[in-house]
Amino acid sequence: MAIIEISGLTKSFGELRALDDVSLSLEKGQIIGLLGPNGSGKTTLIKILNGLLQPTAGSVSINGMAPGVGSKKIVAYLPDRNALPDYMDAKKLMDMYQDFFEDFDRERAEAMIRDLGIDMKQTMKKMSKGTKEKLQLCLVMARQAQVYLLDEPIGGVDPATRDYILRTIISNYNEDAVVIISTHLISDIESVLDDVIFIKEGKIVLHRAADDIREEKGESIDGLFREVFKC
Amino acid sequence: MEWNFKNGIPIYTQIIDEMTMQIASGEYSPGEKLSSVRDLATDAGVNPNTMQRALAEMERRGLVYSERTSGRFVTKDENVLAKLHEELAKKYFEEFNEKLRKLGMDSETVRSSVKRWLDEIV
Repeated sequence: MAIIEISGLTKSFGELRALDDVSLSLEKGQIIGLLGPNGSGKTTLIKILNGLLQPTAGSVSINGMAPGVGSKKIVAYLPDRNALPDYMDAKKLMDMYQDFFEDFDRERAEAMIRDLGIDMKQTMKKMSKGTKEKLQLCLVMARQAQVYLLDEPIGGVDPATRDYILRTIISNYNEDAVVIISTHLISDIESVLDDVIFIKEGKIVLHRAADDIREEKGESIDGLFREVFKC
Repeated sequence: MEWNFKNGIPIYTQIIDEMTMQIASGEYSPGEKLSSVRDLATDAGVNPNTMQRALAEMERRGLVYSERTSGRFVTKDENVLAKLHEELAKKYFEEFNEKLRKLGMDSETVRSSVKRWLDEIV
């Protein structure tokens, strides 16, 4: 059953069409890669799904709801930049998440934060860029959400942490949830994807099962990406 | 990630090949219980749906079987295991043969060389 329905979605910023007549139907129980070069519209699409931007035209529904207060209860969103107050430490941030989200699993968050060796008492302000990213991801993945929107979750972290994050995404997988990962670091994540979506200049150019692409084209998703988006 | 996947080949077929090899080589013993799909997927660094697909196909081929309540197990059927051995060995031999042919050896030379090498090794 489709949990996300996007139909004829267009978003313009003045002259620029960041999204151009995008239609997608995304099923539960899948991990989907939203892949495109810089400036292709990935973040704009994710922000619309999360209710941070309003469509210029077209419609979006998440579990039957337009993005808004209701949908945010079931959507866990990792923004592409730090959006958390930087005077807080991990403990305070967990308190905040617990207040905001009914589905926040504190024990799970604490376990992940420990696994990644993040100091519970260090404020965000003093953390390195990578540590901030890790902490945010722990908070987001500790929610028992139905939709995970992860905007560039592996951009700034080291390879060992990247593996941990991917394992976290896999082990957190449940058949009632959909995980959407936007990135241009394809070779790192392609083995965890069910489906891939290629987005180019605001248009969807491909939406298929990852293994079908490998079988049919005889190349990796990364290889196909380089071909489609060749500069 | 524990497993290395080759480019351009569906991941589920690579999982099947790898696990089949592990069964044939005895790394998995006959009748051994497999870990859950999620744990296997996490170990391999792949999507659980992909792992599920690979296991379903292995089940279809009779290499593993599932019991409704207790999970999935490696086959105990000796005929299946013997056949698997034969198939894999043949596949390796074909690959080997193909490489020698690429070197320009004809089948007669391959035959006599293999005989000689076997004597040297054993």
